Amino acid sequence: MIELSFTEVVIALGYLAAGVLFIVGLKGLTSPKTARRGNRIASIGMLVAIIIVIFDLVSHDQISSNTAWAIIGGGVLVGGAIGGYLALRVKMTDMPQLVAAFNGFGGGASALVAAEVIVSIEAAFSVEIGVTTALSLIIGSITLTGSFIAYAKLQGLIGGKPVAIPGGPATNAIIAAATVAASVFAIATGNTTGYWIATGLALVLGITAVLPIGGADMPVVISLLNSFSGLAAAMAGFTIGNQALIIGGALVGAAGLILTLDMSVAMNRSIPNILFSGFGGTVSDEEIGTKPVKRATAEDAAIALSYAERVIVVPGYGLAVAQAQYAVRDLANALEEKGVEVHYAIHPVAGRMPGHMNVLLAEADISYDLLLDLDQSNPRFGQTDVVLVIGANDVINPAAKNDENSPIYGMPILNVDEATTVIVVKRSLSPGFAGIDNPLFYEEGTMMYFADAKVALEETLSAVNQL
Amino acid sequence: MSQEFIQGVVVFVLASFVGFEIIRRVPPTLHTPLMSGANAISGITIVGAIIAAATGSGIAAGVLGFLAVVFAMINVIGGFLVTDRMLEMFKKVPGKSR
Repeated sequence: MIELSFTEVVIALGYLAAGVLFIVGLKGLTSPKTARRGNRIASIGMLVAIIIVIFDLVSHDQISSNTAWAIIGGGVLVGGAIGGYLALRVKMTDMPQLVAAFNGFGGGASALVAAEVIVSIEAAFSVEIGVTTALSLIIGSITLTGSFIAYAKLQGLIGGKPVAIPGGPATNAIIAAATVAASVFAIATGNTTGYWIATGLALVLGITAVLPIGGADMPVVISLLNSFSGLAAAMAGFTIGNQALIIGGALVGAAGLILTLDMSVAMNRSIPNILFSGFGGTVSDEEIGTKPVKRATAEDAAIALSYAERVIVVPGYGLAVAQAQYAVRDLANALEEKGVEVHYAIHPVAGRMPGHMNVLLAEADISYDLLLDLDQSNPRFGQTDVVLVIGANDVINPAAKNDENSPIYGMPILNVDEATTVIVVKRSLSPGFAGIDNPLFYEEGTMMYFADAKVALEETLSAVNQL
Repeated sequence: MSQEFIQGVVVFVLASFVGFEIIRRVPPTLHTPLMSGANAISGITIVGAIIAAATGSGIAAGVLGFLAVVFAMINVIGGFLVTDRMLEMFKKVPGKSR
């Protein structure tokens, strides 16, 4: 056994403390009551890790030049300022794209760490370190460009619709195979050019892999990239021999993986299917427009809602687009004053990222214990008088239960058709992301209220107040 | 294979399991803060970035190290701050729950 000096022990235990604080912090996130404290505990873990690494470097006299200090200090200030600005300025409706961008920076940082190690080393890596370095570069690079494509789609810089790439999934498979081949070459021969080729290919792969994926599949993509950003950090941890990176990276990798699996279960599609296959039906707009629907006015909606005992609101992406979270809250408050019980049913893939709707409703001060998940809400629809659907479509489509030929058959949905009356607020009859018709819209108990979500809710509220 | 590497593998596997078991209990309502909070934790790569910036020599290493620190800090500060902002909003309004 090699006896460690006191300094070494402090450093090792300091990194361990950071890891423990991350775990305790994440545990806090298991309940809304403790979540905020948990996040702060995790941030203290990060501060501990940063102090320890500076202590580590100083005590080993490894920050010798003023230039190195300037690089670190400047980087911390610039990065901190950008991060702080983005975090404080973002609107809650824009949260998915911000999280996508942050994923990208995290993955990019890990790839840069691996790249710096390759530039700096004189001797060749051992095989295992070569592998983790290559993985950090590749996963980090895919995360960087993939996240920024996701950001561009969510921000509307490029259309949210799937963009076909020449050659389809085969092109991605070829790029992926070439990336692996270049890495194997670099690891086997010690020729660092292979790493740079692999990095370049991985950067391209991030773009070509995310471009063909449509907007409604973004919850899965963001979750997976989140997992990747953690894995890239863990791999970089092996490369530089630092356990704090390995612990932190593994935790994030696990978190992203759980969310990814949750999302794919909620869509009843495998992850490869979401990532590599085009998706959607072929119903044309004309076909849909011909069937009769029952139209509702603000007054119709107000009467149905005011005389109900139990109402469940089902929010979807349309709510976020219309920024209608405050309008929902105001309407719900008015109904509650009339003695109506209002809950919210949130499908796991409603919106553009896991938990997107919950954040918006929380922003409008809606109590979190009124937000029901899939399993909590489905048994309630049978005893519900009115379901108010706001900008959601595929997650309430009964074809997922009844029509074996439907592309979404088997996807768990919110069974809103079990309620007495369903009011659907929607801009038009156009099919949702899946491009398939929704039989719910033509059912006896369904009323269609064609309007922007916010406008519809405000009009309904004033109609409720006039009753 | 070095002892250090094997120790790293042990830590990685155990941390993954701990993460999996804890995070599985996070309710769907907190999935967005979980993601942004986890994202901030992936900023732990700041430690690697600082080491890279401190120990690298040459212009290429300096540029890569600087960018690594900037990217990681965006993640750390941005991630924790935005998560805090979101979690501040999650309230239980008294008297409304049934």
